[in-house]
Amino acid sequence: MNSDTINRRQFLKRLGLGSAAVAAVATGCSSPNETQVEGVALGEVPTDKMTYREDLHGQKVSLLGYGCMRFPTVAGESGREHEEDLDQDKINELIDYAIAHGVTLFDTAPPYCKGRSEHAVGIALSRHKRSEYLLSTKCSNFAASTWSREATIEMYHKSFKELQTDYLDYYMLHAIGQGAKTADGNRLTGMETLKVRYIDNGILDFLVEERAAGRIRNLGFSYHGDIEVFDYLLSLHDKYHWDHVLIQHNYVDWHHAKQMSEVNTNSEYLYTELEKRNIPIFVMEPLLGGQLSKLSEHATAQLKSRDPQSSVASWAFRFSGNQPRILTVLSGMTYMEHLQDNIRTYSPLKPLTDDDLVMLEELAKEIASHDLVPCTACKYCMPCEYGIDIPGIFSHYNKCLNEGQLINDDDLMDTNADRKAFRKQKRAFLVGYDRSVPKLRQANHCIACNKCLSHCPQGINIPEKMQMIDQYVEKIKTLV
Amino acid sequence: MLKRIRIILATICFVAITLLFLDFTGVIQTYFGWIARLQFLPAVLAGDVLVIGVTLLMTLIFGRWYCSVICPMGVMQDIFYVGGLKFRKKHPRKDAANGTKNRVWLRLSVLVLFVVLMLVGLNWLAILIAPYSAYGRIASSMFQPVYMWVNNLFARVAEHYDSYAFYSVDVWLKSGVTLAVAVVTFLVIGFLSWRGGRTWCNTICPVGTVLGCVAKYSFFKPVIDESKCLACGKCARNCKASCINAKDKKIDYSRCVGCMDCISECNQGAVQYKYVGVKQTGATTSAASTDTTRRSFILTTAAVAAASAVKAEEKKVDGGLAVIEDKQIPVRKTPIKPAGSVSVKNFSNHCTACQLCVSACPNGVLRPSSELGTLMQPEMSYERGYCRPECTRCADVCPAGAIKHISKEEKINYKIGLAIFVAENCIVNRDGVNCGNCARHCPAGAINMVPKNAGEDPELPLTLKIPTVDESRCIGCGACENLCPSRPFSAIYVEGREDHLV
Repeated sequence: MNSDTINRRQFLKRLGLGSAAVAAVATGCSSPNETQVEGVALGEVPTDKMTYREDLHGQKVSLLGYGCMRFPTVAGESGREHEEDLDQDKINELIDYAIAHGVTLFDTAPPYCKGRSEHAVGIALSRHKRSEYLLSTKCSNFAASTWSREATIEMYHKSFKELQTDYLDYYMLHAIGQGAKTADGNRLTGMETLKVRYIDNGILDFLVEERAAGRIRNLGFSYHGDIEVFDYLLSLHDKYHWDHVLIQHNYVDWHHAKQMSEVNTNSEYLYTELEKRNIPIFVMEPLLGGQLSKLSEHATAQLKSRDPQSSVASWAFRFSGNQPRILTVLSGMTYMEHLQDNIRTYSPLKPLTDDDLVMLEELAKEIASHDLVPCTACKYCMPCEYGIDIPGIFSHYNKCLNEGQLINDDDLMDTNADRKAFRKQKRAFLVGYDRSVPKLRQANHCIACNKCLSHCPQGINIPEKMQMIDQYVEKIKTLV
Repeated sequence: MLKRIRIILATICFVAITLLFLDFTGVIQTYFGWIARLQFLPAVLAGDVLVIGVTLLMTLIFGRWYCSVICPMGVMQDIFYVGGLKFRKKHPRKDAANGTKNRVWLRLSVLVLFVVLMLVGLNWLAILIAPYSAYGRIASSMFQPVYMWVNNLFARVAEHYDSYAFYSVDVWLKSGVTLAVAVVTFLVIGFLSWRGGRTWCNTICPVGTVLGCVAKYSFFKPVIDESKCLACGKCARNCKASCINAKDKKIDYSRCVGCMDCISECNQGAVQYKYVGVKQTGATTSAASTDTTRRSFILTTAAVAAASAVKAEEKKVDGGLAVIEDKQIPVRKTPIKPAGSVSVKNFSNHCTACQLCVSACPNGVLRPSSELGTLMQPEMSYERGYCRPECTRCADVCPAGAIKHISKEEKINYKIGLAIFVAENCIVNRDGVNCGNCARHCPAGAINMVPKNAGEDPELPLTLKIPTVDESRCIGCGACENLCPSRPFSAIYVEGREDHLV
């Protein structure tokens, strides 16, 4: 069996990124006509009302940053998980549209879209004046073979070539705080990884020199995971003068990051520490891997009653862009509908009222109290060597949990319980499971080799969760 | 009137039995599974005295109505025959007012040959002409895939509307040989019946011959009233069994399938279905008795080919799905037969290769064998799924007693095979990672993980562990084989047991 494809609809289900066409997504309609009709109902997408913030050098940056890790393929799916060629025409169209509507920042990295993102961004943006856009890319650390000074500098120069530029507006050390595996298989902690990957080989000093030479306008880092590493790098602020830092920030992570994932830290702390040092902030995961674009019925009703026309996702974007030190909020947009909805949200940003904030905090509490797997579908764990579709499995499980489709143990043992309802829930879970994840990529094929552990920025114990889900499947198959 | 009743009953039986072969959800089997048990040859093989007795008795009373109502192959031929009448300009037997000759010797020799073949263990050859199982093979290997494709189409629509009413299923070629046999049977019988109605039933079909012997003496028969008959030959020309001799005004009751067509055809009302009483009895049946010695299996002994070690690529980019290689079927010295089969021998003695269990298996486990000795009889393999502990569908549907009824509780201890560990395929050896997926999924708790290097502490997380099989617990369900990450050959595979242990 070759690497299986998921269709566009499944993809939308999984990511559920903010979409103007929420209704269109739910029913699977995606013809341009219908999108337009909805567009009319929601009003024009403004071209000149984008909210801008300023970086340390007075450069105006659009609050919406285009995350280039989920470009569409020719098959109309996300290039992150699909082998098909990226749809350059579509990417050009998206980027042209973004620029025409005031988006100025484009964020990519060498490994994005299976290593094809920078190249595609370069093609699309080189059709515009260099002053119209800002480029952000990263010094990545996926494989130990790219850790040597020479390999790293080669990767750095390749970024210039691919992006067809002679300077980078923002450059970041990638995935700081995350552990990694060395070439001979030893697992390093976040701190050890930082030392081996960026400091001992002199790369950080090299990048500081590059900044002095003007080839890097802003030097920063993207942070996931171990808080010790974050604190350490901030303690060196006087030495390195960080121009920006990329953090995970949304209304759930603000106060409940620990509940979502052991290794994470509340974004309130991260924000406060950065604000103290006056460091501009890039935001990632404004939707917590799509979780905040699709909420329970009750939560959705609450949001819709406040503002019937705004998408569920727009609330998350408003929160993530709300505070003044936020420079830009990155969103990986595959489809025009996502782009349009996000542009609307930030053109201009309607600041949240105190009342809104209280409501979102209540929502966050509710979301954090679910036993959802805190997977953000970042796909850093992928591809699993044994073919498991890790984010797909978690997404299906979370969806069923959210929709109350899971049968809990107490009910199952209750002899008076409604067995008919169980069978319905079982069918919904199993049929939906086969639809969203091919059989050979389901949780029962996870062998618990633990290789994915070091890749997950949320610190999810993936094999443990796989076994939990597998046991649930086994239970409903045998008992219901 | 009688013809209409016949058509209604035949339609119900035919549709139900066809659905039995098409349905993969188990719903139809729950409600109509009993219809398959009415089939004569499977009942003989299952030793179902009640069904045999009732069928013979009914035939003795009413004639060969079985062939026109219960037998799906008979009804299928009627459909072809009617099609032939409708679509062909020239009447099939314009000049055949006298019917055809009853080829008694051909019929009897085929029947004898059939019984002998069954007795000497050449079931696979004999069952080629068994009516019900031949139809089963056609329905299962020709119609079911079409049914599934249509279902998958509905499933896509259902998915579009977030409905769980339909789910899609894998359609795969279970056995090329069986499909070929089914297609040939379909074409040959289709051609014969298109041209001349029940030619096959009255020359080849062993069940037809047996029932014909009984029907000869049946109490109720269509009878030609010689005073009314004008010898116009209309009934004879329209008789699908070609058993009416209009000149002599006689009907050959050993070939008459009781379709009642002649009654409605006759303008003079000269043909009537009526009681003729007990004239002479002497009908004997010579249905195949079954428990005799069988061949021994032709065994091929071959070592399991070592799986090529595929070293995973270093992960440099995010996203994507690793390619998954298809599993290949290991060479099994003894075939695996479903729980309830008692033994490989019992299974092959009773099975008519009707494919009903193959159609019903929801786990992609059962498929027809391509081995000569057991040709088209189902066997199990685990590269697509494994024999789930909560499923007993094959045992629920088998009409021939090849798979005897078994409860879920019994199944858990019913040993149909034994798992064999192939160390060189195991990823613990190949990739140096811990796995234990076989042990985690063994429903019988028969697999224990032990340190790969003797003496290491099994409690330490980094100690590499390999599986060992407790042969006293292993039931041969294949969970380990199916879920083993080693591809294309699993590092643990199941050998069948000649005799199943309970």
